[in-house]
Amino acid sequence: MNEAKHKNMVGLLSSIFAIVVGLLFGFIVLLASNPTQAVPGFFTILTGSFTHGLKGIGQVFYYATPIILTGLSVGFAFKTGLFNIGTPGQFIVGAFAAIVVGIRGDFLGSAQWVVAVLASIAAGALWGLVPGVLNAYFNVNVVIACIMMNYIGMYLINFIVKGSKTLFDSLRNQSLSVDKAAEIPKMGLNLLFPESSINGGFFIAILAVVLIHFILNKTAFGFELKAAGFNRDASKYAGMNEKRNIILSMAIAGALAGLAGGLLYLAGSGKHIEIVDVLASEGFTGISVALLGLSSPLGILLAGLFIAYITAGGFYLQLFEFSTEIIDIIVAVIIYFSAFALIIKTFIERFDKKRNGGK
Amino acid sequence: MNVVFSVFQQTMFFTMPLLIVALGGMFSERSGIINIALEGIMIMGGFISILFINLTQGVLSGQLQLLIAVVIAGVAGMLFSLLHAFASINMKADQTISGTALNLFAPAFAVFFARILQGVQQIQFNNTFRIESVPVLGNIPIIGDLFFKNTYITTYIGILILVLSTIVLYKTRFGLRLRACGEHPQAADSVGINVYKMQYAGVLISGAFAGIGGLVFVVPTSTNFNASVAGYGFLALAVLIFGQWNPMRILFASFFFGLLKTVAASYSGIPVLAALGVPSYIYKMIPYITTLVVLVFTSKNSQAPRAEGIPYDKGAR
Repeated sequence: MNEAKHKNMVGLLSSIFAIVVGLLFGFIVLLASNPTQAVPGFFTILTGSFTHGLKGIGQVFYYATPIILTGLSVGFAFKTGLFNIGTPGQFIVGAFAAIVVGIRGDFLGSAQWVVAVLASIAAGALWGLVPGVLNAYFNVNVVIACIMMNYIGMYLINFIVKGSKTLFDSLRNQSLSVDKAAEIPKMGLNLLFPESSINGGFFIAILAVVLIHFILNKTAFGFELKAAGFNRDASKYAGMNEKRNIILSMAIAGALAGLAGGLLYLAGSGKHIEIVDVLASEGFTGISVALLGLSSPLGILLAGLFIAYITAGGFYLQLFEFSTEIIDIIVAVIIYFSAFALIIKTFIERFDKKRNGGK
Repeated sequence: MNVVFSVFQQTMFFTMPLLIVALGGMFSERSGIINIALEGIMIMGGFISILFINLTQGVLSGQLQLLIAVVIAGVAGMLFSLLHAFASINMKADQTISGTALNLFAPAFAVFFARILQGVQQIQFNNTFRIESVPVLGNIPIIGDLFFKNTYITTYIGILILVLSTIVLYKTRFGLRLRACGEHPQAADSVGINVYKMQYAGVLISGAFAGIGGLVFVVPTSTNFNASVAGYGFLALAVLIFGQWNPMRILFASFFFGLLKTVAASYSGIPVLAALGVPSYIYKMIPYITTLVVLVFTSKNSQAPRAEGIPYDKGAR
């Protein structure tokens, strides 16, 4: 087995191991809290998303769209050795830029949604750029800068939306709806998955996955980013522009999270920016997605779909008087155990050795 | 003058949890383990101890109940942090991964079990802990008003923790060894220090402090616990870096943050600020913007423990 393949194998196996342990733990928690309902409850987690057939599956893709992108954002920065915990902030400024264009940009005609999506990318990139610049030029810790930018972004957006007559719906304490032309076209997905909220945003997310995969694996720029992630000093010694790479990496990561916000709030599914002082949960879910997907674009795509799938199943749990937080508990356990890649590796190596007769 | 006193008293409510939790984080990071799970551990400590207060209402009350709750919060936080210690020390896992897992787990766990135990996710409690005025000390002019009126016993616990932490870190053999593990674990190991043991101690201390911090945050500012500590665990992380992993600087950093938070929360009651007519959101943003600006000026010579975040491997020398 060549090395890259071997590594992917170990990664996949350790993720599957973590998922099995997480689900098992979830089942035990259900069993301990309400033994009679545990079996149907657990079954619902696994099958709930299929209850309404194609509509249900369409919903899974719809939920997965933003978290695949925030996951991609975190994962991409991870590859450069940066922990982008700033996704909640980047996400909400992206959403904000999108709804501004979506509400005020009616002169754009049929290009309105495209411009709105581009605006979300630009806003997110700007929000990611700041921690990147602060780290590259002033040595400010990226994690702390990102946390600060999360709160600044959240309060700033609430402040602007609430203060603007053209954006704010004071009756509902949320942003106004975007124009019809700003909603992302369904691109035929509504025919495949009738009645669900899925839209062309899913294709855009897939496109982003492919693009990031290409950048990381097929370009010199991607190679430099990964090199910096492996060993920052060595990459600097090899003549790579460390500062530029940090800044670009954070800006791209921010752009992805901003795009996630744009796509969700332009989905035409009744999502509005609510004026509450809570950080966007889609941003934090992105961290889980990136960790479960082992930071690889393809892994993140699968991890995003998986988390969307059990989250969708979790909604139906309320039928059995369990609260949906069990899903978060399961995901937390999965992530915890996915950190144990090392045991899986040792296990596989031992197994390989045995099979090869200790050669 | 009364405004100054009340602002100061309130600043203490916001400062103490940050101080205690950041000091906890300091022990962990000084031993070489990044503990990004402070938020989750705070929630766990807050949840278990507030639940205790809720369940013993009517039987216990006042300072005795609060003191027992502090111990319970510390033990709960310590036990929860064992998970992080095990993953990052024994399993050599990526420390951000297990930290993130704990942060995700704690609020979900708190909501899930609060619902099972009592139907709703908020846990109510009767606040019988406020001290109107400490006997004798409260009558001292100015100082009495600042430190010994409208206060909680948790404030003094926080100060005690600060003093003890400083002594332990700088004046004891344990502190020296702990710091050595965070700077150069291989060197520490070569002179016979058990690195794994020291790192366990660092993480467990951080767990205990973060658990206590969760309770200390909730008690003065609310009458129920809703599975959240409003991002204070993350702020404590910022305070820790702002404070350059040094106890006295952490005190200043948390006081600074606490003061700005208080201003944001109660500026309308402060005549000078109310007259300015600045929107509340500006005050809410100021602590975060200021932190960024200060970090720009102070981060060039970062005092971060050199080996933090790198799993210690005996074989790699």
